[in-house]
Amino acid sequence: MTTPRFATALLLGALLLAGGAAAAAAQVPTTEPGVRIGLSYDPGSRPGVVVLPVSGPAGDSVRAILQRDLDYGDRAVVITDGAGAAVAPARLNYALYQRLGAAAVVQGTLTPTGLTLAVHDVAKRAVLRTATLPLPSGTYGPEWRMAVHRAADTVEEWIFGTRGIAASRIAFVRNGRLYITHSDGAATEAITGSGMALSPAWHPTGRYVAYADMSETGTQIMVRDLDTRTSRRMASGGLNITPAFSPDGERLVYSHGTNNGADLYVISPFEEGAPRRITVGRGTLNMSPSFSPDGRRIAFTTDRPGRPDVYMTAIDGGEATELLPFNFSDQSYRSNPDWSPDGRSVAFQSQIGGRFQVITLTLKDRNVKQLTNEGENEDPSWAPDGRHLVFTSSRSGTKQLWVLDAETGRTRQLTREGGARLAAWSTHDRVPIGAP
Amino acid sequence: MMIAPRALAVLALVAVATTACRKKPEPEAAPAVQPTTVDNSAADAAAKAERDRLERERIERERLAAERERALAEARNALAAAVYFDFDQSALSDNARATLEAKVPVLQGNSSIRIRVAGHTDSRGSDEYNMALGNRRAAAVRQYLVDRGIDAGRVEIVSFGEEMPAAQGEDESAWSQNRRAEFSVTSGSIGTEE
Repeated sequence: MTTPRFATALLLGALLLAGGAAAAAAQVPTTEPGVRIGLSYDPGSRPGVVVLPVSGPAGDSVRAILQRDLDYGDRAVVITDGAGAAVAPARLNYALYQRLGAAAVVQGTLTPTGLTLAVHDVAKRAVLRTATLPLPSGTYGPEWRMAVHRAADTVEEWIFGTRGIAASRIAFVRNGRLYITHSDGAATEAITGSGMALSPAWHPTGRYVAYADMSETGTQIMVRDLDTRTSRRMASGGLNITPAFSPDGERLVYSHGTNNGADLYVISPFEEGAPRRITVGRGTLNMSPSFSPDGRRIAFTTDRPGRPDVYMTAIDGGEATELLPFNFSDQSYRSNPDWSPDGRSVAFQSQIGGRFQVITLTLKDRNVKQLTNEGENEDPSWAPDGRHLVFTSSRSGTKQLWVLDAETGRTRQLTREGGARLAAWSTHDRVPIGAP
Repeated sequence: MMIAPRALAVLALVAVATTACRKKPEPEAAPAVQPTTVDNSAADAAAKAERDRLERERIERERLAAERERALAEARNALAAAVYFDFDQSALSDNARATLEAKVPVLQGNSSIRIRVAGHTDSRGSDEYNMALGNRRAAAVRQYLVDRGIDAGRVEIVSFGEEMPAAQGEDESAWSQNRRAEFSVTSGSIGTEE
């Protein structure tokens, strides 16, 4: 954390460089660190937000990314009509933005090493908050884009009190290779070579991705270090599939093929030690684990009732219980659970009329909600906000990844190249080690 | 085939003469056993008999080789024949058992052979569940062979889930061809031992 005084000095420096923005930001109120000042807007509606043009060599890109991220966050209505002046005005015309329906105006100013952000509360005709975030200089590659995503998440946190999910990544599989893409579908990069990768799973630090690697002789659990670009084998011999890291990152649960079934085992991925068995399936199949946020329980797929279904069990042993009662229809084929980061619900896929659809179950009131109905929809994975989900859908004719806002039902297509599947959404992106 | 007594006599004479020659070479005695026309035809018959015998042996050898080749091919086919499963099942049907039963004598008679059983599923169901289902299908096949006396160490199992379909398409015809266990020889070969 920078001290308020230092931040003010930085800000003043930035404002001097930025020139025109100085007038507006001169009204910056002094805020105590840790005190959140919310934006004034009607809580029943999605507030309008205007992102002012950003000057400088990459200003247009910064503005476009901020606008798109705020739009994808599904909390704000991004106003572009009538607000599209070519350059940021020297002094904000609050009355104009009020007429456009904006509750907040986002002002970004590029500095040699960062991006100075100011969010204006239109109703109060004052700057809500301001700060300068670092941007990598010289290149506009994935790290630069991720830094702009972080700025968008900061803006969302200032306006809504909840951090956005723009600065997060999604791992998935296409044609046997593992890929990582940003939350907006940009900066897509393959992280494994030829092979047959399946079921990526993020480490909470975002540095490692565990996955299953299928070969002619068996399937093993691998952990890919994204910093060193090396892979390490965790479990091999026979069938080893569907890894999941615990929320503290110190344990890895996966499914291992036994004599006549498959059971869940846990290992410490960064220490020596023998795997410990979690489920005693007695010949049943148990796979696709997902941790509760407290790390004490897992939801998983099992065929112990005679068909695939979602069960829960304690990580340190104990009885496994079904998530939902048996249903005398094909809806009882349920699999691939993903426990939401807020712990409140479990998303999974369930067959409805012979096709998989994404379903959520709220644990407290046992409320079941079907989120999809177009095409076949599988393998949901929660975003770190516990509100958005990424999943595989056949709705466009090929298997693609789609993102859905569980609150509004709004969907968007994340990938454009066919055959994408088995997506896993990361936690909030970490600031890379060594970054300013 | 019978040989005429006269021809035998001639053969005997030739034999005696030859013996006599070995004992004391008397080239002048040779004209005494100058073969007659009759004697010539007898020798021709003998040569033909010999040729016939060799021909018969050759035909018999080829027949045996073909039979052996056919048996080897049958054994290879029996060993390679895929086993098919019902939807979401790893239980062995009567057909599957018959297919596996035909592999037992091949494995018993070729103890150097080790095999790999690869379990596959159709494209329906969860990709991840299908990895485990394919493994259980392969495990069910191995268990059958072990129960029939085949050493478990000779049968390796692997699952490819729904990742490597034998038939493309989204209908029962494709699905039924894809719910299978495939067999490959990982070491040794058929027919290298008696």
